[in-house]
Amino acid sequence: MSTSSETISNTPPGAARDSSSEAAAPAAPVRGTRLTLAGASLGRPGAPALDEVGLDIAPGEILTVVGPSGCGKSTLLRTLAGLLSPLAGEITQDGKPLTGPSADRALVFQEDALLPWRTLRANVELPLAIRGVPRAERRKQAQTWLERVGLGSQERQLPHRVSGGQRQRVQLARALAGRPRAVLMDEPFGALDAQTRAGMQDLLVEVLQGTGATVVFVTHDVDEALFLGDRVALLGAGGLLAVRDIPRPRERGAHDDPARVALRRDVLTSLGT
Amino acid sequence: MRRYALRVVSLAAALGLWQALTSWNVDLWLRFSQFPTVTDVARTFAARVSGPDYWTDLTDSLARILTGFLLAAVLGVATGVLVARSRLAEDLLGPVLEVIRPVPAIALVPVAILLFPSNEQGIVFITCTAAFFPVLVSTRHAVRALTPVWEEAVRTMGGGRWRILGSVVLPGALPGVFGGLSVGIGVSWICVISAEMISGQYGVGYRTWQDYTVVDYPGVFVGMVTIGVLGWLTSTAVELLGRRLTRWLPRTAYVPGARPPRPDRPVTPAPAAPAAVPGGARSEEARDEHLV
Repeated sequence: MSTSSETISNTPPGAARDSSSEAAAPAAPVRGTRLTLAGASLGRPGAPALDEVGLDIAPGEILTVVGPSGCGKSTLLRTLAGLLSPLAGEITQDGKPLTGPSADRALVFQEDALLPWRTLRANVELPLAIRGVPRAERRKQAQTWLERVGLGSQERQLPHRVSGGQRQRVQLARALAGRPRAVLMDEPFGALDAQTRAGMQDLLVEVLQGTGATVVFVTHDVDEALFLGDRVALLGAGGLLAVRDIPRPRERGAHDDPARVALRRDVLTSLGT
Repeated sequence: MRRYALRVVSLAAALGLWQALTSWNVDLWLRFSQFPTVTDVARTFAARVSGPDYWTDLTDSLARILTGFLLAAVLGVATGVLVARSRLAEDLLGPVLEVIRPVPAIALVPVAILLFPSNEQGIVFITCTAAFFPVLVSTRHAVRALTPVWEEAVRTMGGGRWRILGSVVLPGALPGVFGGLSVGIGVSWICVISAEMISGQYGVGYRTWQDYTVVDYPGVFVGMVTIGVLGWLTSTAVELLGRRLTRWLPRTAYVPGARPPRPDRPVTPAPAAPAAVPGGARSEEARDEHLV
């Protein structure tokens, strides 16, 4: 892939997220982390999905990743999470090579990954329990996170008793409760209807405010990618096609802005759709 | 209420048929003339219950089956998890287990007699072996069938091997494990009674066989009824415990033996009044603390 080598040098714009400077969010310390892929080949042994990926994800940025189904988006995310190791090349977090999964990098799954025997709150408590937070404290924190995603009154429900959108909100709360420095999201809203999805996008932006975490958000929906991201990475057959900056501030329905229209057309052309 | 009535009617009809066939000495192809009547059995039963031996037999059999079954439950779950999670354990233990598995536990009586210093331990051994395999097999299947994403989720939260075992594998496999336990408790009864008949001193099986050898047929039936009732009670206990521990399973509308379906709680938009949750609703909310 000759195009990917150009995009490596495509440094992200001001790493600070626009949302953290606007709004009244308390100036929490930026806890983001830098994730770097250099000449990385990803996939399962014998079935490589992505070749020669070079990508530098700055602390605190939201990088969205779009591409057609089966192009390796999930593979990229699972590798960043540490569930898969790269077949070749190097992946580092703040300069140190990744060595397996870590609480530092939370993964939000596309499918329902809540433990069905735990209540919503107990699910959110799990990463805290793993970190050794005392019971009373983790209960309080989990409750706070559930309130932030609008499920404060359903903390004692079991996952199968709430809707798919609500379960995804709990997954988000669970991922953030562990105070990760990077949040990796694998088409988290892919199975939701359009209405719920738009609400979830707004919620995500709101909830991420002040966490300072680096976000990698995979989706097959170009508009979702352009709405959420600071930058968007385009994946195509076998590799990374390009990385584009996205104009800010975030605005839904600013479809007559020529820069955005041009970007959207450019992205769609690059993806070959 | 109606369902309880039906159950009582079913039992009563069976007893009535028995009484009718035996008191009229029906001798068609099946010969009921030698058969004790329900009233004979009831009289003997009343006499036995007031004597001391009956209760000694009962508690002896119960102690044997509970020891054997609990050992089997612990060993079966542990081995099942080990074999399902570790390729090394599977290669090392798999062949041995597969060769022993088809041997009926009751055929192990000679082994038990050779191995153990007392009959008592031999009987517990046989009971345990009988229940061990159903528990092992269903645990192995249940662990292998766990949704992979549960484990991945815990790993990406920084959870290690033991955390995965405690928070994902054991609770997730529990419904399957209880399938094995239900089968296991049934097989345990078969084996504890058979083993007692062969080599026991005291015990319901021993007494039943004793009565047969002295041609006390009503006594044999007292033994059989006792075994039936005890078996029913213990398997119900296993069943209830299982249902209690796996309350989180999405429920189908019909659950045999369960109370009639509760009125459904408002699930989705809890109308902004978090304070007042109706008292009855609490019952279904998970008590998952003990699984953590």
